Amino acid sequence: MIELLQQTNRGFYCPRGDFYVDPQRPVDRAVVTHAHTDHARWGSRHYLAAKPSEHLLRMRMSPDAEFQFADYGETITQGGVKVSFHPAGHMLGSAQVRLEYRGRVEVVTGDYKLGSDATCESWQPLRCHLLVTESTFGLPIYRWPDQHSVFESINQWWRENRLKEQCSILYGYAVGKSQRIIAGLDPEIGPIFCHGAVEKGNEAYRQTGICLPHTIQTSSTDKSQRWAGAMVVAVPSAHGTPWLKRFGKVSTAMASGWMAIRGSRRRRSFDRGFVLSDHVDWPSLLTAVDACDPETVWVTHGYSAVVARYLRENGRNAISIDRWQQTAIDEEDNGTDTNGEEQSQ
Amino acid sequence: MKLFTELYQLLDSTTRTNAKIEAMVNYFSSAEPADAAWAIYFLSGEKLRRLVPTKLLRQWAAEEANIPPWLFEESYSSVGDLAETISLIVPEQKNETTGSLTEWVEERLQPIRSMDEEQQREVVTTIWHQNPAKVRFVILKLITGAFRVGVSKRLVTRALAEHTGISAEVIAHRLMGNWIPTPESFLRLSNPDIDDAVASQPYPFCLAHAIDRDSTPDSLGTSSDFVAEWKWDGIRGQLIRRNSQTFIWSRGEELMENRWPEIETAASLLPAGTVLDGEILATKPDGIVLPFSQLQRRINRKSIGRKLLLDVPVVFHAFDLLEQNGKDLRSLPWKERRNKLENLMSHVRHPQLKITELIPANSWADWTNIRTQSRERHAEGLMLKRVDAPYDVGRVRGTWWKWKVEPYTIDAVLIYAQKGHGKRSSLFSDYTFAVWKGDELVPFAKAYSGLTNAELRRVDRFVRQNTKEAFGPVRSVQPELVMELAFEGLQASTRHKSGIATRFPRIARWRHDKRAKDANTLDDVLTLLPRSSTGDAP
Repeated sequence: MIELLQQTNRGFYCPRGDFYVDPQRPVDRAVVTHAHTDHARWGSRHYLAAKPSEHLLRMRMSPDAEFQFADYGETITQGGVKVSFHPAGHMLGSAQVRLEYRGRVEVVTGDYKLGSDATCESWQPLRCHLLVTESTFGLPIYRWPDQHSVFESINQWWRENRLKEQCSILYGYAVGKSQRIIAGLDPEIGPIFCHGAVEKGNEAYRQTGICLPHTIQTSSTDKSQRWAGAMVVAVPSAHGTPWLKRFGKVSTAMASGWMAIRGSRRRRSFDRGFVLSDHVDWPSLLTAVDACDPETVWVTHGYSAVVARYLRENGRNAISIDRWQQTAIDEEDNGTDTNGEEQSQ
Repeated sequence: MKLFTELYQLLDSTTRTNAKIEAMVNYFSSAEPADAAWAIYFLSGEKLRRLVPTKLLRQWAAEEANIPPWLFEESYSSVGDLAETISLIVPEQKNETTGSLTEWVEERLQPIRSMDEEQQREVVTTIWHQNPAKVRFVILKLITGAFRVGVSKRLVTRALAEHTGISAEVIAHRLMGNWIPTPESFLRLSNPDIDDAVASQPYPFCLAHAIDRDSTPDSLGTSSDFVAEWKWDGIRGQLIRRNSQTFIWSRGEELMENRWPEIETAASLLPAGTVLDGEILATKPDGIVLPFSQLQRRINRKSIGRKLLLDVPVVFHAFDLLEQNGKDLRSLPWKERRNKLENLMSHVRHPQLKITELIPANSWADWTNIRTQSRERHAEGLMLKRVDAPYDVGRVRGTWWKWKVEPYTIDAVLIYAQKGHGKRSSLFSDYTFAVWKGDELVPFAKAYSGLTNAELRRVDRFVRQNTKEAFGPVRSVQPELVMELAFEGLQASTRHKSGIATRFPRIARWRHDKRAKDANTLDDVLTLLPRSSTGDAP
């Protein structure tokens, strides 16, 4: 059988269909797994992506780019290669890209997680010959707690802050994480405000038909606004900046998979860290590989060497595909990338 | 144990001293005396004698998590803390923790030491499975003896002072020596009768102001109103001899016990009711002061072996007399205190107790010249003191001045990076720097501090993007970043590849304007070596 994907310095390339999957540099035809900027890069001429990511992609990309969107499960044929998108569970519109040509099936997961998420469709296993999987949290120290208990502790923290007449500042990446958090907040506790970059994401989610509690953009309020007891969802890059001054007495928290590690909590001196990730943890990464049962696994993006070695020792044909620049800081990149948007407010 | 875990989390989640004290005070008020006693013990940095070798803990954790040993080590290197790695890696089961801190320590943990390996494994892994990760983490901290939570003995003392309403000095005195964590000892801390503790009470230290390194002290007035001494790089201490007991306090107002046995012996020659201010220095029998790096070998050692006592003998260099015959002398002018000190010391003959040397001069210019010899004498510069001034409390302006020499600086190239520990365990924050030797870059100093958080993140990103090779946790990177390193001292060393050991290296600034080829050479560094130590250079 003909192998469909190859690695190039621009990313994964399919010569048969003449397109790239999540290219790192501008190309002619890009197939994109999801709307985060480390996967959907600027400057390509033509983008093909899953339909539910349309509003997010259009919000983030140049208006000159050409877009084509396909529903989950719909097949688009390019140069004889059947391309289809399947839910990845990472964020709204996130997809695994499935390629099929003459009986050979290859799947690029993009970023993904197992389990449910109120703001997007859940990951589904795809049987394949080659699985390209991310490994952002590919160490056995990462085991996510049950998300309901995480949301419960977030809401509990908010209630406690409210009693102390403090404003709760919760950091999450502007698009994806923030909306998942907002969907898990209990709007009975108090008003929910959003940083401008987050509110833009909210709009794109609502346009796509995702139901979120009522939110107010912080910059639309006037000087008389009282912040005690309110929840403000903001991007991590706002932490420690003068932007926070307006909120008076605050308690700050970060929601991220990295918060599982004490050092990452303490390093940026958040008052609280909530372990909430949109990536696979160690057990679900292994579950996913078993469910897809590929002949070959390419491990990328994160602890790829570790995961590949572990899979090999457990009887899988696995190799690590790692460019050093693709490291475990992608979520942080998304956080800082919204800096500019905030400053222009 | 739950209450103690909550205390740990409160202490761990804040950097504010007041919040830490408040958390401890609340704990001391609500905990049983027996638990409070154990909490004091651990928070003061004491640990249980080793219960289980950490090698076994790692092995069992890997087995419980069903992962190979190498994967455990990878995880450990990413987390940077053994107790945390184990508590994250062993799958959590839903369970509630029962039992008090005392029951845990005395009935569950301490017995582990005398078990055979098979039993130990059974007990330890059962503990892992029966407790939620956050409790398990604290228990593991007790087991591994690495219980550090940003609280010093001094802070515990302050919290206890607040809790009991008794002064911190008295509490410090009561915590002295081999303090046994029992309910009785905890209750004794709050005894309002404080006669027991008066003997150890120190005076507040008089502190010096800094004179700008590159200016001269002309603005202070006439040089004849001042005296000068070397500003030594040692440990400031107050030596108290009262009621046939000796107490040595550090400038951090911490009682240093059993740390300096030879000074304690010497102090027994002092008459009752004597308090000296001075500097503890590693000093050879011929009077030559050793660099701080030697003294450092004795700091934070619980017990000091015979060899270390011989290699690094210490001397208390007295420079002030605060109390004589039980009488407070601090309001006397320096000149009178000095006369009394000289008189006293002429009667006390002990090689471990000396009086500081005054440096005579006729003008500021003389001292300016003499100051240039500081490095060769392992001094940091000069101390200037007003002849007519009393011994002030705290940092009062104008009576004592420290006049340090310039730090050395070298532009060096970042060649290796490693992730930090604890708070910085996810950042490449520990760097090795090199200088040129011909076409080769030779490593010459490690530096961990000096960059802002934003700069740290930029370097972290650079390291990730420019890694050449990874050797375990260490990455070698493209030699591109040039940083200006500042350090206080240099010494010839046969243990270092460059032939040089640096003292307190830190990053002064990031030289964005320089390329790797513009960095300094090893020859540049060698010219900075003090003449007295170049003789040993390889």
